[in-house]
Amino acid sequence: MNNTVLYILLGLLVFSSLLTVMIKNTLKAVIALALVSAILTVIMFLMGAPLAAVFELSVCAGLVTAIFASTISLTDDPTPEPGKNKKRLGRYIYLPIIIAVVIGIIFITKPGLNFTTVIPAVSENTVQNTLWHERNLDIAGQIVVILAGVFGVVILIKERSKN
Amino acid sequence: MLSIIFLTIVLLYIIGFYCLITTRNLIRILIALEILTKGITLVLIYAGQVSGQMSTAQSMVITLIIIEVVILAVAAGIIINIFNINDSVDVRKIFRNKE
Repeated sequence: MNNTVLYILLGLLVFSSLLTVMIKNTLKAVIALALVSAILTVIMFLMGAPLAAVFELSVCAGLVTAIFASTISLTDDPTPEPGKNKKRLGRYIYLPIIIAVVIGIIFITKPGLNFTTVIPAVSENTVQNTLWHERNLDIAGQIVVILAGVFGVVILIKERSKN
Repeated sequence: MLSIIFLTIVLLYIIGFYCLITTRNLIRILIALEILTKGITLVLIYAGQVSGQMSTAQSMVITLIIIEVVILAVAAGIIINIFNINDSVDVRKIFRNKE
């Protein structure tokens, strides 16, 4: 039963990501992206990664959507070209062909898709232990990246107000 | 079960890359990058499940999410600046203005 739910969710994930790239309205595309994040959260939870799932839900489905929405509201393109939507959808006619070719190549090179080389669980640490003791350099890196991002945004806003 | 997850990852990569190549809107380029990142997140969780080291996978996913958001915030700032200068987020129009 659990596997069936996972299959349905994986199908929904692909469908909603297709919806995200093909929808005309950018704001609706961003909402579809939030839906992708929400579905990925449930998948991660089912696969046994609850902490990362919570991060995905709060940051990717929440904060990222807010950033995108504010960017779209600040950069509203005033002149939509007539017949733009048909041209836009015309770009995606090759997508099913590429998907079919890639899946065909995968099935030819790996018939039956037997990637299942499951190694039995080694020592299962807690996430807290891994994050704070084994990979504490990552935390330092994250702090540096966040500071770089903050300073970058501050400098960009300064430039804008000068202009 | 794992093969289906692998196929989903491949499909997410294809959709993300295709959108990245075909779109000319800077915001949609960011959306394509986000979809690619979703694929990478799924790869990391899948790898954690296969190797039995889910805690390491989770910590890497958390790092990935933080880096993703910072990149997105800076890129959004750059896009807003580009829009203020060129009055458009369409790559063709921006290059036309430059010429």
